[in-house]
Amino acid sequence: MQYERQNPAFYALLAALIFMSVGPILLMFVNSFKLDVDIIGGRTGLLFLPTIRNYETALCDVLWYEPDHLDFCSLKFGGAFINSLIIALASTVITLVIGCMAAYALVRFRFMGRDTISLSTLMVRMVPPAVLLVPVFGLWNNEFCIDKATMVGGWIRDTFGGRGDVCLAGTHSGIILVYVAMNLPFVIWILQSFIVQVPRSLEEAARVDGAGPFQVFFKIVLPLIKPGLAAAAIFTFRIAWNEYLLASALSDRNTKTVPILIVNNMSEFNVEWGVIMATGMLLAIPPIIFTLFASRQIITGMTAGAVKG
Amino acid sequence: MRAQTLNRATPYMFMAPAAIIMAIALLYPLGYMIYGSFRDWNPSQSIGESEFVGLKNYITLFFDPAFRESLSVTLTFAFVVVAAEMVLGVGLALLLDRNIRGMSVLRTLFILPMMIAPVVVGLMWRYMYHPTVGTFNTMLKSWGFDGIDWLGQNALLSVIIADVWQWTPFIFILALAALQSLPRSALEAARIDGATAWQQIIHIKLPLMMPVLIVTGLLRLIDAFKVLEVILVMTEGGPGLSTEIVALRISRTATEFRELGVAAAMSNYLLMLLLLLTVAMFAITRLQEARAQRAARQIQED
Repeated sequence: MQYERQNPAFYALLAALIFMSVGPILLMFVNSFKLDVDIIGGRTGLLFLPTIRNYETALCDVLWYEPDHLDFCSLKFGGAFINSLIIALASTVITLVIGCMAAYALVRFRFMGRDTISLSTLMVRMVPPAVLLVPVFGLWNNEFCIDKATMVGGWIRDTFGGRGDVCLAGTHSGIILVYVAMNLPFVIWILQSFIVQVPRSLEEAARVDGAGPFQVFFKIVLPLIKPGLAAAAIFTFRIAWNEYLLASALSDRNTKTVPILIVNNMSEFNVEWGVIMATGMLLAIPPIIFTLFASRQIITGMTAGAVKG
Repeated sequence: MRAQTLNRATPYMFMAPAAIIMAIALLYPLGYMIYGSFRDWNPSQSIGESEFVGLKNYITLFFDPAFRESLSVTLTFAFVVVAAEMVLGVGLALLLDRNIRGMSVLRTLFILPMMIAPVVVGLMWRYMYHPTVGTFNTMLKSWGFDGIDWLGQNALLSVIIADVWQWTPFIFILALAALQSLPRSALEAARIDGATAWQQIIHIKLPLMMPVLIVTGLLRLIDAFKVLEVILVMTEGGPGLSTEIVALRISRTATEFRELGVAAAMSNYLLMLLLLLTVAMFAITRLQEARAQRAARQIQED
């Protein structure tokens, strides 16, 4: 492939653009290794003694040693990190499995109600999380409960104690359920555009050879739409990992995710910039890693999602 | 016989899990919200105990200056942000649509901002906008200027800048993809006829990209109404109501003022607004498809 030569001004512009898009992230990265004194002191240069103290403060509840600059571990970041990981991974896996089955059915079969489902899937894509806040809060706390009057509720109360009703709010599953539902429309939409491209003759050949519908799906279709799956997985993970509002409404003390922790620490009067930056960096690292390794899939997914309209 | 029933049931079996989950956790809550918006409902009571008040919540909101203010903030934010991002993104795409080494690295670096959590974006920018410690003001001061009160007097502008930083790459990537899939023949013909670079852009590239650009812009517009965390972390809606978008107001009404009915009615207003936009998007894509088909038929007939 032949590359064109460009004039120097063009490269200068490129450098400026790269600096603008990556600069703030780098700034946060650098600051997360500074002491608060250095950050507030206003020496913006790179001349400072890097320290991992901020990360120690943030992760104090999962460290195997006790950092000597801390008397008391107030920031339970490690636990929140694990919560975030559980919630994001579980919702990604569930969304993908369910979503790609649905997308396959929508593309390959003609059945009653297909158009309605397809249309409503597209429509609910635009629902913002803020709109779901009120009903989800109400339902998860009051309606989606195992009542203490029923057998199971009574058994849970006897075994684990508590007030009797067990509700979805405050559990990992409660948050996962919202995320799965929220991401499904988008995943179905993206995967549809990939499944359409799988040649029909391939599936028919497998059918002739005696494979059932599920075998055809798992052995023929799934391997062929891997790039689409990767893209859908990254987008789902990104949303589940980054989401704040619904998680803050549904989680309790033990199921807090990382974004909630960061927001809570931000709103306090005296912001400890170093620690906040370290927590922010920890939250940003998984998506950054994904982006660096799978940018091609992300871009394919983005264009497939938008162009299909 | 058994195989046949199995085959007939297959699509439903594939569809069932998704349909059930979406019904339980998406459609039912939406219905619940619409039901709740007609009630005087606070978080300590269940919805059955709340009192039916008809359209009262909607009417109160309609005449509530604070809600109107936040609606206008939301609209300003969304339209300014999308306009700025479209101009910048498409401009950059036109500029960078060249055959250069390392284009894929460039694209990877550009999509980094939008993969990062909104909460983190908010905190980065809140630090950079900080009146005394922040990057921008230390820079301005070291050049001898006065510092700017970013998140105070210019809060909405600052929030808009942060969002433009995060989402311009989205438009850029999609516009670039559209550019690179343009028919080469049209561009070559223009070049042979002696069209300048500007003429090529205005008369050929932009019109051909238009269908993709419209859909991209509408998608981005719908997303701009969903923005919440960035603003929450940067300004918490303040100072005053200057950056309180509707999404933020919903969450405050529900948690601080404890008026779930009003918050539900507010959500419904927002939903109707978005529904309008989505329907517009559908109509436009349908129209475009129809036009493309007609054009194709005409070419065949000729």
